Amino acid sequence: MLAKRIVPCLDMTEGKVVKGVQFVSFRDAGDPVALAKKYSDEGADELVFLDITATVENRNILLDVVRRTAEVVSIPFSVGGGIRTVEDMRAILRAGADKVSVNTGGFKNPKLISDCAKEFGSQCVVLSLDAKKVGPNRWNVFINGGRTDTGVSTVEWAKKATKLGAGEILLTSIDTDGTKQGFNVELTKRVTKAVSVPVIASGGAGKLEDFAEIFEKGNADAALAASLFHFGELTIKQVKDYLRERNIPIRD
Amino acid sequence: MIVIIDYGVGNLASVKNALDKLGAKSVISNDAEIIKKSTALILPGVGAAGQGMRNLKKQGLDKVITQEINKGKPFLGICLGMQLLFENSEEGNVKCLGILEGSVKKFKVERKIPQIGWNQIDIKKSSEFFKDINDKDYFYFVNSFYCLPKDKEVTAGITTYGETFSSIVQKDNIIGVQFHPERSGKAGFQLLENFVKGANDVS
Repeated sequence: MLAKRIVPCLDMTEGKVVKGVQFVSFRDAGDPVALAKKYSDEGADELVFLDITATVENRNILLDVVRRTAEVVSIPFSVGGGIRTVEDMRAILRAGADKVSVNTGGFKNPKLISDCAKEFGSQCVVLSLDAKKVGPNRWNVFINGGRTDTGVSTVEWAKKATKLGAGEILLTSIDTDGTKQGFNVELTKRVTKAVSVPVIASGGAGKLEDFAEIFEKGNADAALAASLFHFGELTIKQVKDYLRERNIPIRD
Repeated sequence: MIVIIDYGVGNLASVKNALDKLGAKSVISNDAEIIKKSTALILPGVGAAGQGMRNLKKQGLDKVITQEINKGKPFLGICLGMQLLFENSEEGNVKCLGILEGSVKKFKVERKIPQIGWNQIDIKKSSEFFKDINDKDYFYFVNSFYCLPKDKEVTAGITTYGETFSSIVQKDNIIGVQFHPERSGKAGFQLLENFVKGANDVS
């Protein structure tokens, strides 16, 4: 049976892991490669790297982190942040990443998603989607690091992007991100219902029950958390042991 | 020297990294002469069947691979590299290498496609390749298509994703795995190590 995935996320800037609370104010949480190795050894099912202040200067630092990570981890990982061209994606895959996530670049230029899917296969292309509630039962896609409301509904964009070739969706709820009050079940449920690709739920993990809830009620395929793991509030093993007891399929 | 065949379809670095960690000598190459001199071959692969076959043919590697396999050289096909061993693929109706009898089918659509994530295997054959591998061990899969061998005897491991399919095939010197051992943690490394050991015993 296909297992639900537990995915630590490493938000990085200038080669260091940082974690924001609702997309602002960062606390330093360490060296990305060491952290990646630690999570891989502890039983993480996958890793997500996001270069949150992606700039041209940062790109070489990022590629170096990807290369060194690929040498030490034995689980898949995706890398995102500032992807604008097929060549950006190629460089990251060549450096050893398994998947690349596109966010603002894909929204502004949807052809990027179809071009990358054609070139590398849908399984390499993750749509990273930041959603925020703007009204009753209405979540819009926000871009530029969660700063700009596109006016487009999350479900609409999720459907379109998967049709273009995105093979997976990394769905971040801006409203719950960093709050530790639980994942956004309602939003996740809507997106998982609308698309036929796996969805990684992100934003709001604070306690063990939150993980069970997002799998059981939100139908997520994977659950992502950052600071919870970085600051050792919960270990991956604790989360997995708990979910296994709840009879959720989890890799040993 | 193990050769990881480079045919422009990605994830070569992760296979190389895994072999490096195991202390197995390997090189990434598309050079027919180097491939012929190798002790074992690995055909990795992420991507589409059509592109994969086109790239192999363009470099004449389809013939080289077939020759080397027929000579009895240990061979491991990973993911697309496994699928290409069969006669044809539904993915773009592509004619493949035809080294193993059977075809490559797409998962039925009521499931999420691609299958992405960790799934379990059940071992169907006793083999040195499965040393220290157990039933229900998890491996990392990324696939929309799966192999349907004509000869049931070649199925060495099965996995269920909506339908039950051959996730590992083995025939003589040929092994194919639908998952990515190079991305499957400890169990994946164990399988790669078993393959490397088996290859050393032959050469």
